[in-house]
Amino acid sequence: MYSNIVQIILPAIAYLVFAPVVGGLLAGIDRRIAARMQRRKGPPLLQPFYDVFKLCSKQGVSVNQVQDFYVAGFLLFVIISGIFFFTRGDILLVVFTLTLASVCLVVAAYSSNSPYSQIGAERELLQTMAYEPMLLLTAMGFYMAFKTFRLSDLVSGRLPGIVYLPGVFIGLAYILTIKFRKSPFDLSMSHEAHQELVKGIVTEFSGKTLAMVEVAHWYENIFLLGFVYLFFVWNEPLSPLLGLLACAAVYVLEIFIDNCCARIKWQGVLSSTWAVTLVAGFVNLLVLSFIK
Amino acid sequence: MGFIGFLVGFPALVAIAQLFIKDEGTRSVVTKVAAAVTAVAAIVTAIVFFGQAETRLRVSGEWLSTAVLIAEVALCVVIFYLCCKAHRVWIGLLSVLQTALTVWFELAHKHGIFVWSDFVIDKFTIIMLLIIGVIGSAITVYALGYMKDFHAHDHHVADRRPFFFFVMYIFLAAMFALVLSNNLMFMYFFWEVTSVCSFLLIGYTRTKEAERNSFRALWLNLLGGLAFCLAIITLGLSTGFVELERMVFLGRTGADVVLPAALLVFAGLTKAAQMPFSRWLLGAMVAPTPTSALLHSSTMVKAGVFLIIKLAPVLGDNSAGLLAMMAGGMTFLFASFAAISQSNGKKVLAYSTISNLGLIVCCAGIGTFEAAWTAIMLVIFHAVAKSLMFLCVGTAEHHVGSRDIEDFDGLFSEMPQLAVCMSIGICGMFLAPFGMLISKWAAMKAFIDSGHAVLMLVLVFGSSATFFFWTKWLGKITAIVAGKRNIERTVHKEEWFVLKGLAAATVLVCIAFPVISFGAVTPYLGQLYTGTMEVISRSNMIIMAFMVILLVVLPLVAFGRGGNKKMVHVNLAGENQGDDLTFRGSMDIPVPVSLRNWYMEDYFGEKRMLVLGSVLSGVLIVLIFAALLGGVINVF
Repeated sequence: MYSNIVQIILPAIAYLVFAPVVGGLLAGIDRRIAARMQRRKGPPLLQPFYDVFKLCSKQGVSVNQVQDFYVAGFLLFVIISGIFFFTRGDILLVVFTLTLASVCLVVAAYSSNSPYSQIGAERELLQTMAYEPMLLLTAMGFYMAFKTFRLSDLVSGRLPGIVYLPGVFIGLAYILTIKFRKSPFDLSMSHEAHQELVKGIVTEFSGKTLAMVEVAHWYENIFLLGFVYLFFVWNEPLSPLLGLLACAAVYVLEIFIDNCCARIKWQGVLSSTWAVTLVAGFVNLLVLSFIK
Repeated sequence: MGFIGFLVGFPALVAIAQLFIKDEGTRSVVTKVAAAVTAVAAIVTAIVFFGQAETRLRVSGEWLSTAVLIAEVALCVVIFYLCCKAHRVWIGLLSVLQTALTVWFELAHKHGIFVWSDFVIDKFTIIMLLIIGVIGSAITVYALGYMKDFHAHDHHVADRRPFFFFVMYIFLAAMFALVLSNNLMFMYFFWEVTSVCSFLLIGYTRTKEAERNSFRALWLNLLGGLAFCLAIITLGLSTGFVELERMVFLGRTGADVVLPAALLVFAGLTKAAQMPFSRWLLGAMVAPTPTSALLHSSTMVKAGVFLIIKLAPVLGDNSAGLLAMMAGGMTFLFASFAAISQSNGKKVLAYSTISNLGLIVCCAGIGTFEAAWTAIMLVIFHAVAKSLMFLCVGTAEHHVGSRDIEDFDGLFSEMPQLAVCMSIGICGMFLAPFGMLISKWAAMKAFIDSGHAVLMLVLVFGSSATFFFWTKWLGKITAIVAGKRNIERTVHKEEWFVLKGLAAATVLVCIAFPVISFGAVTPYLGQLYTGTMEVISRSNMIIMAFMVILLVVLPLVAFGRGGNKKMVHVNLAGENQGDDLTFRGSMDIPVPVSLRNWYMEDYFGEKRMLVLGSVLSGVLIVLIFAALLGGVINVF
């Protein structure tokens, strides 16, 4: 019982405290690497933190009384799904709670009844519809490979997930481009500076509210990388290192893709993502269902 | 026996009384009292029989069989007369054919068949009794206020309210009887009664469209009835029994009941509006909203899935199971897609019902313990949330003047309480931690464990489409639009009572679902399958229940407390006119802001999805039956 509490409380607290720190740093590194790819020097490493602190110090401005509530809900449920993930709960529970979080964000944007944010909201919905099948197939793939949805059992298998699920991994990497809001899939909002004021789904958020969205993304990015990590760990003491390396490699790859692609139309997002889901994800599961 | 007699007899008596009540005040009192008594009777029956193991009852003597036979012939005469009157003789012949077959079977083969138990009350039946008794009678109460407004709005529709309430109560009586019956001969009769009731309710307004749609509903359901009748005959001739429970038992112990099972599944598919038979349910929305609510949530379509779920233990990896899996799976996927392109609120609900029933049928077709668990859970959650949604749309329609989701813009400002009820309904339909999602979770597990890879694919794509169309609806009603007045003060108090009651029930069912699972569903399935299992682990269920509580409590403490922030206008590219409703267009002309949702007609157009789904599902059904009949012929 005691060890149970330690196993649940400690990772939860660690995630709560360190995820935004690491996530913020990751955003800083992201901007530096992107800048180097464009032969610029780039902002200081801590720039994302400066931005968020500045947002927090701004005058509170809102278009209605309710959007703060929904945005807070977004942050809350992102954190909760991260906690489920890092306390090694059920992988499907993680995915479902993440969906709940994204509904909060979409509703927040809709509630403003502003043209720009509504278009952003609808695009966000489309993106969610595009990536969700692959995310669910990922969970199913792990279940087929390890006969469980429990994350604690997934990380202690005899072989790493990537051995069973290479196609699923490719599919997941593909949809992470959407989740990290990178080009060519940054339809609903992007992190490009020139779009700061009219920025899709977050158009009507400002000050502390916008800061919440930003912090929520830091949290989200960390545990999305956790999904990548899952593919590379097994009951081998040194495998976490491999997992972290894989996370780093995937993230750098995403930055690279972001910098060499232009945004595409929604038709392209939906059809290409579903095609990848079918070809890489589903075929992988099909093969697995025959050999297992 | 007394309980069964009361549950069936009381609504039937109320129905007859309703025919003679012309006065609105009296009808209101009678309906409210009758609804309360029906609901209480269902609850009392549930409590009394809950503690016991299955209760089996046998009617001594032949009087009931004879009475049912006579009633069947009478029903056939009524159908034939109505069809001839509307110049659709061939539909009438469909009814004559099956009645003739039934009579022949009764007279020629009845003596060789012994019925052990005519009625069975098990835990699944109790769940169905509660759904019918509580939700069904709540809808009749809602109908009081609704029908009053309906006739106030629509002057050219003849006011036939006594008849409307008569049919509604007959419907409830027939549903009670249907879920209680174990003798398939009885169940078949009540099956036909529900078909006729829905036909009468759909045709209530007597417009050309209503007439066409009601007859479509009738012939499709009679087709199912024919399959039901053939199932009884094949089962009776091959095994010498006509009981559902015995059939499942025989099937589990190795006897070949695949053909009658497949025929019964076919009957269930027509009644549950699965593709390619789904058009009757889409056409049913021409009827007044309480009809739709009744058809979609507690009666009619639930009779179809009830039968298929009852058969679940003998389905699985055989033709009958495949039939349910394939038709259900295709329907789930394509109906979810079709819902994306719809802006008519009732149509979205209709497609969502069809797709959810598809998932239920598919789960029942898989036939494993966890799949059957999922199917029953889906039935419960769907009944509560869908009735709530239909009634919300009905009320909104009368006050906003449209059932188009695009016109629900700013419903949150115009009808705040209704918008909250509607949001609860929507969340209940797809969002974690509410019930439907828990069931999808279980469905995923069941699909993987059964090893049907194609079904997994159907499930993940179908549920992402579900997410899309529900959230855009949710977004529409939660938008805060400036300058809207509150218009919900004229909603009748009966409507409020039912709406809020159902909203509370939706939340309650989601919180209490671990109890439902451990208390009723698992024990019921434990009787049928060897060994029970935890489909979703206890700890996860409790986490989900807590999240529901969190979602209910949070808005109560924090909603709308924006603090003392400065209120500003939305971004209209700097051309604001100062009211958020117009912007300055070219030539300085004020242009109203109007926001429209996204329907992706080119990708998910209704027609294309309906054709695609119906053709795929239809071809599969034909192939499976061809294979089955080929097998039968080989045996001879």
